[in-house]
Amino acid sequence: MDFQVPSINLAIIAPVIIVLGGAILAMIVDLFVDKDKKSWAAWVAIITLLVALVQTAGMWGFSGGTFIPEGGTPMIVVDNYATFLNITLILTGILAVLISVGFLQRNGLDKPEYYMLLLFSLGGMMLMGMANDLILVFLALEVLSIPLYILSGFAWPRPESEEAAMKYFILGAFSSAIFVFGIALAYGATGTTSLPGIFAAIDVNEVLGLTAVAFLLVGFAFKVAAVPFHMWTPDVYEGAPTTVTAFMSVGAKVAGFAAMIRVFVTALAHLSDVWVGAIIILATLTLIVGNLLAIVQTNIKRMLAYSSIAHAGFILIAVAASYNNPNGVSAALFYMFAYLFTNLGAFAVVIAVEHKQGEGVMLDDYKGLAARHPWLSLAMAFMMLSLAGVPPTGGFSAKFYVFRTALESELGWLTVLGVVMSVVSAFYYLRVVFLMYMYEGETEVVTKRALKLGLGIAVVATFVLGLFPGTWFDLASQATLTTFQAFAGG
Amino acid sequence: MIPTSWYLLLAAVLFATGAGGVLLRRNTLVILMCVELMMNAVNLTFVAFSHQLGSMTGQVFVFMIMTVAAVEAAVGLAILVELYRHVKSVNTDDFDSLKG
Repeated sequence: MDFQVPSINLAIIAPVIIVLGGAILAMIVDLFVDKDKKSWAAWVAIITLLVALVQTAGMWGFSGGTFIPEGGTPMIVVDNYATFLNITLILTGILAVLISVGFLQRNGLDKPEYYMLLLFSLGGMMLMGMANDLILVFLALEVLSIPLYILSGFAWPRPESEEAAMKYFILGAFSSAIFVFGIALAYGATGTTSLPGIFAAIDVNEVLGLTAVAFLLVGFAFKVAAVPFHMWTPDVYEGAPTTVTAFMSVGAKVAGFAAMIRVFVTALAHLSDVWVGAIIILATLTLIVGNLLAIVQTNIKRMLAYSSIAHAGFILIAVAASYNNPNGVSAALFYMFAYLFTNLGAFAVVIAVEHKQGEGVMLDDYKGLAARHPWLSLAMAFMMLSLAGVPPTGGFSAKFYVFRTALESELGWLTVLGVVMSVVSAFYYLRVVFLMYMYEGETEVVTKRALKLGLGIAVVATFVLGLFPGTWFDLASQATLTTFQAFAGG
Repeated sequence: MIPTSWYLLLAAVLFATGAGGVLLRRNTLVILMCVELMMNAVNLTFVAFSHQLGSMTGQVFVFMIMTVAAVEAAVGLAILVELYRHVKSVNTDDFDSLKG
């Protein structure tokens, strides 16, 4: 029982170091900058994220691990799976910063802390996909969650924002306690917390291991907002500042699925009989409840909250399919990549229409938008079509790959349910389009250059992913294979 | 010597008490304490397993959990203090400005 200094190669975690370093740099710079100077932190964040993006993209095809204890397996690994997710998350960060700037300025929230917390949270999200040890999964989960609790309450003293922070905090802390209990049981069952170690040591018939799977699944389900662990989502999404909602609706979900897929598909591969069944049940409930409750919402932020729950259901189909089919992982990766642009694009329009915080968030506020702001309405209509899964959009390609993979894995009725629920979802997405084009109304809209740029990137990317999905799906396919090969030998 | 299973049983009971408290109690401070109770039940589980397996990983993990629990408590109480200034209550039933 003595300690050895683990073997460390910092180049492997360079993208995370850059993101967290940018946040720390901003904190130091903050000491010397005049308090009246606005939005400089947004520039720091954007530059940091662009550097991290270039660095991550350069690591495509590379695989390796670091923090290797004596005689053990690496705690952090980089493979194409992690790199693909890092690119997804950094792009989420860039778009989130772009659509945040104007909104923060006009609501008096333009404090540098916002961007620092966003970068810290993003660093945690990136570690979720790279973690190869349950200790690190837990720490990454906390590093991503705690800044998000603070960001949810960032619009204080608005009571809605504070209340959202409180609710998110209580349920977040509750779910991490459940999650870490699952880790403790997995440790007891296998004597290790490293994912390859668990893969090698887990006993299929042991009750302790099965209980651990249940607790881990509940913990992840809370993070990705799968029914029946979704209760916090609508309230938090409604109460938090809209830019924060946009960021966490994509970032926290992608990070949750990142760790979930790696843990279940690699470490718990022997127990797939158990967790696939549980995930199919979760996916069924999530698809039905998310889509049906979205129909009755009158607040667009709540509607998008239920829509994000519904999209978690589609990703869960891909996760369920991934136990015997490498395409399941790539379908999930591609879905999240497409969802990032579509959802942040939709939120960009919501932020533009929310001219003053808390005003312009009802569906009725979208009446007559098309007559006065044709381009913005066109973008919103396009995003709604993509969320509903109508070709030629990224949302369609993403759903197509998920359903194809599910059929390959013989999840026939789940696929049918997915298709039916896509049709149901078209109802509430197209209602927004209908309100914009068929009614008359007077809604103020504020668009800043940064927001237009963010929205433009989202629209173009959604369009490209819809027209040429093959190229991107090939990249996602390469991302899955390395994960499987790395663990094929145990 | 006391068998490991007794420690595990105690930890499970503590965890269930904490989880029940989070779900049933209405006072936010009590809920926060219940979350801490759950975290400490996990710590007990880790230490018990660590002793049984003769592995240090569990004990190291306990330090991580204690650190995280401290950070969570700091952030949670800060949010609660700010919320209390408006609502003048720590009862979750009074946090009702967000409704579908």
